[in-house]
Amino acid sequence: MADYTAPAYRVIPIIPALKPGAMEGKGPFVSSDKINEALGFPGHLVDDWHDKAIAKMGELLGKYRSLRVFLDACVHCGACSDKCHYFIGTQDPKNMPVARQDLLRSVYRRYFTLPGKLFPKLVGARDLTREVLDEWHNYYHQCSECRRCSVFCPYGIDTAEITMAAREILDSIGYSQKYAIEIIGKVHRIGNNLGLPGPALIDTLEGLEEDVKEATGIDVRFPIDVKGAEVLLITPSADFFAEPHIDSLIGYAKVFHATGTSWTLSSMSSEAGNFGMFIGNYDQLRKIALRIREAALELGVKRIVVGECGHAWRVAYSFWNTLSGVGDGSDPTDRFAQMLQKQLDHRYKQPTHICEFTWDMIEDERLTFDKSLNDKHIITFHDSCNVARGSRMGDFAGGQFEIPRNIIKAVANHYVEMDPRTTREQTFCCGGGGGLLTDDLMELRVKGALPRMEVLQQVVDEHGVNFMATICAICKAQFTKVMPIYGFDRRMVGGVHQLVSNAIVLGKNN
Amino acid sequence: MNTLLAILFYLATLLFVVGLAHRIRIYAVTPAPLKIPTTPAPTTQAGVVFRMTREVVFFESLFKANLWTWGLGWLFHASLALVLLRHLRYFTEPVWAWVAFIQPFGLYAGITMLLGLCGLWARRLLVERIRYISTPSDHLMLLLLIVIAASGLLMQFVSHTDVIAVKGFFQGLMQFSIQPLPADAILALHLLSVAVLLVIFPFSKLLHAPGVFFSPTRNQTDNPREKRHLSAWAAKMESEN
Repeated sequence: MADYTAPAYRVIPIIPALKPGAMEGKGPFVSSDKINEALGFPGHLVDDWHDKAIAKMGELLGKYRSLRVFLDACVHCGACSDKCHYFIGTQDPKNMPVARQDLLRSVYRRYFTLPGKLFPKLVGARDLTREVLDEWHNYYHQCSECRRCSVFCPYGIDTAEITMAAREILDSIGYSQKYAIEIIGKVHRIGNNLGLPGPALIDTLEGLEEDVKEATGIDVRFPIDVKGAEVLLITPSADFFAEPHIDSLIGYAKVFHATGTSWTLSSMSSEAGNFGMFIGNYDQLRKIALRIREAALELGVKRIVVGECGHAWRVAYSFWNTLSGVGDGSDPTDRFAQMLQKQLDHRYKQPTHICEFTWDMIEDERLTFDKSLNDKHIITFHDSCNVARGSRMGDFAGGQFEIPRNIIKAVANHYVEMDPRTTREQTFCCGGGGGLLTDDLMELRVKGALPRMEVLQQVVDEHGVNFMATICAICKAQFTKVMPIYGFDRRMVGGVHQLVSNAIVLGKNN
Repeated sequence: MNTLLAILFYLATLLFVVGLAHRIRIYAVTPAPLKIPTTPAPTTQAGVVFRMTREVVFFESLFKANLWTWGLGWLFHASLALVLLRHLRYFTEPVWAWVAFIQPFGLYAGITMLLGLCGLWARRLLVERIRYISTPSDHLMLLLLIVIAASGLLMQFVSHTDVIAVKGFFQGLMQFSIQPLPADAILALHLLSVAVLLVIFPFSKLLHAPGVFFSPTRNQTDNPREKRHLSAWAAKMESEN
């Protein structure tokens, strides 16, 4: 850790000069034969990788309109060129979204378009060589799929879609990334990304019940595998033992307790995260999502609530209904979805974000807070990319921005906004999203956090901010590791429900 | 010469129409298996139409991104639209009243179109980031459009051509009869460049024009919890279980 030093802050807004080759390299660790093969990928780079990769690209072009349109539509206008946090932090021109897309687009042009076949040089088309392949592995693992570029593109081109396609091609020829593939393996084998087995989980929850009892004198329960509970909570597994994640888990439990909601976790499906999205693999995305369906059917729950996790909420909100039927509005003849949707209580949104749940309870005046218990905190809110640009909360567009802020303001007295060019839909990724939260990408993570750290420093200097709330397990893990490098206390970052937990008054309604 | 140009225009138009229709068909039949609107996004179909209109007419996202690119880009596109509408007078007889009305505006639009193009090219040459991402075809595309705009303006303001004859030529083409065209080098250059533009349209980045309407991040309704969205190939995975 001592090897990494924080880059210097600059004047905001920042459009840095180019430093070609600044982030050239081998990219993240390549996954081993064993973990690749467990997911049905080739163990290592296949001999006929060239033909296989082109064939895979052709297959994806037929399956995803996004890829097809995005590869054609770019006019190189440069609107996105200064929007990526990895570009701002590293200055490597290949981290400009358009340049990152062009790594794949150049090959698309060469093999799938007439001008690229006839005049490759003229239109920037190139053959797929080993060098190009290595470049893909390196630079498509310097994108966190945060979609900030897609906000600014006049055609809505989303680099995340291109990155997902590139990663899927790489996986299909045995050139995958160790971290993401390993984690997906763990979900299938054990039930969560961290490989926490059922008995350990039950142990942890019992310990938490004791801790909360000691701190508050109240029996707040952390139920697991309870059949017939009303709510199934699906939360990132980091919530079970990582700091500061666990404080938010305590917050959820207190909210359920105070509102008298019967709820349960599932040992079989103890993970909200879905790295299938990060590798762009529909099959994996679906298989992982089906675990939640299975748990919901088995436990007979009426509602599914999702804990604080950015990409998990994108998958839950945007994709679960498609993948697993968790949602509403399926065709009456759609037996697969109907089976679950008949069981769920449609007076509530399915799935529900824990912030939606808590905010509803606050609006119904079913929760009481002592805001002064958060008075030691001067709070700001970091919008997590996948929540901000890939999902929604509540009934109106932009509810994903208002609801967490409303909760913070309901439980604390001191709240400050960061620079509006870096919040809400224009928020920066923490620098560790998209399957990059691994030690072998530490240099990238430190530099990718720079844009957020710069604006955080502003509110620290001007308003004395000492707590940055966020609703994403990856943001929490990334910031606790990276912020000390920038000279901040790691305890400065925490969840929204950590603040809820601090201020909630228990035992009143019970 | 005019026989050659006539044949060229027939071929160019054919390529343009068939090529573009083919491309649009591909966009339309390729499924979008997941809900991926860039949020906050409209929650109703009417909201999506409104969002797309803002995007196509005002370049809303580009406005958020960069004021210079937006200003120059919008100036060019709006001018081009006016210029194209103005050119309807060569294809209609009698000329529609509103086309006659916009003639003077269309004329000035020719100038602002050229200005916009020059500004965009200057940006491409002078801004380090944009220069880095530019391919030779990006420069040539601007050059082609500049040639079209400049040759058109030359005929208007410097060396007049016989527009009555030009109109006769195109009216003739529309009825499959080849009429004489003024032997004018600037006119030939103008028409030749337009034919080239028609030909490359379905094979180049000019596909951004139809593409934007098919962009899932912009044309999808944000209602995944309320309505199950399932593509045919994904539905197949379910029936296999």
